[in-house]
Amino acid sequence: MDRIPILQMSSFLLVTIQVDMHDELAMTLQSDLTSKITQTGAKAVLIDISGLDMVDSFIGRMLGNISAMSRVLDAETVVVGIQPAVAITLVELGLTLAGVRTALNVEKGMNMLRKSLGETDSELGYDHPEE
Amino acid sequence: MAQNISNNFLSVIEANQSEILNDWIGGLRKPGTLSAGSINEGELKSQCSEFLALLHEAASSGNVAAINGPEWSPLREMLASLSRSRAKQGFTPTEVANFVLSLKSPIFRQIKAVDANDCDLLYEKLTSLSTILDILALWTTEVFQKSREELIIRQQEDMLEISTPVVKLWDGILALPIIGTLDSARTQVVMENLLQAIVDTGSEVAIIDITGVPTVDTLVSQHLLKTVAAAQLMGADCIISGIRPQIAQTIVHLGVDLTGVVTKTTLEDAFKLALKKTGATIVK
Repeated sequence: MDRIPILQMSSFLLVTIQVDMHDELAMTLQSDLTSKITQTGAKAVLIDISGLDMVDSFIGRMLGNISAMSRVLDAETVVVGIQPAVAITLVELGLTLAGVRTALNVEKGMNMLRKSLGETDSELGYDHPEE
Repeated sequence: MAQNISNNFLSVIEANQSEILNDWIGGLRKPGTLSAGSINEGELKSQCSEFLALLHEAASSGNVAAINGPEWSPLREMLASLSRSRAKQGFTPTEVANFVLSLKSPIFRQIKAVDANDCDLLYEKLTSLSTILDILALWTTEVFQKSREELIIRQQEDMLEISTPVVKLWDGILALPIIGTLDSARTQVVMENLLQAIVDTGSEVAIIDITGVPTVDTLVSQHLLKTVAAAQLMGADCIISGIRPQIAQTIVHLGVDLTGVVTKTTLEDAFKLALKKTGATIVK
């Protein structure tokens, strides 16, 4: 069965969606990702959807759900690489993904996550070795 | 029968070609038929004789009834190009149609001179020729209108392109000055241009300047909010600038919710904020 790979990089989880999402695939991803977060104790999730050129309301809602679930599991989510056509479609559908943070590309998304993780760590009085 | 008639008026055209031509041009030169002086004598003459020759050629094929047939296509093409060029020169449709219609009386005169005694034959000839010329005149009007419509559509498209430029102000900062009213079609173009520019330049901040937007109603603000939301989905921050006092009042009176959107009075303020967001500083 088709699965979308979830890669781990230290405390980040990377998901790149490069095939057309159908509903079953989205549901599998949702359950895979939540169990992976609990397994690895990841603090951040980055979802790259630059390969998607079509999004329907279900996928849009799923992105919102994944982000909300991750937040419950104490991991931040950033969705990166939304194509112009996809952005227009989502807005026309009335899905502005209010709770989801977005960035233009993977690099900017990673910077965003690092920054927010760094901030929470320093709040706790813990110094990140790389920063 | 039709063959016979067409042959008959063909012989009339053939026999009195130069006379008809002179008569026709004389008629065209009369005030009110054609804007005097807009077309020079030589050009008009060559157009007239070309038309007459093509009419003769098409009618001699014998297929008088089927003006849409292939025999008539050279004549139709000639009229189409003539009509298009006249449309560009600023003639009215009446003047263009008159070019064909004013051929009636010269030819009728010649036919009458030949067949004055046979009333039925005269009637047959005149009606068949009249029908042909009427259809051709209508054809010129149709082409005239079509060429005008093409012009209007092209201008509209040009305006749409011109009026929505996306300007790169700084590394990572885009500006989109909107001039004129935002309707649904324009918003679509504006949105697409902006989002594509965001992808192409990898910009983090986009400034939408609405100094040139005369009025903002619920629809326009709805479109603006949509554009902002789409840009935010792509991961770019949006700032709306150039909001005039009246527009601020209207927005509040209409109850439009702009809480999620950063707004600034001038493009300058928006640019300063954008620089701050991207981490750049200005040193004097």
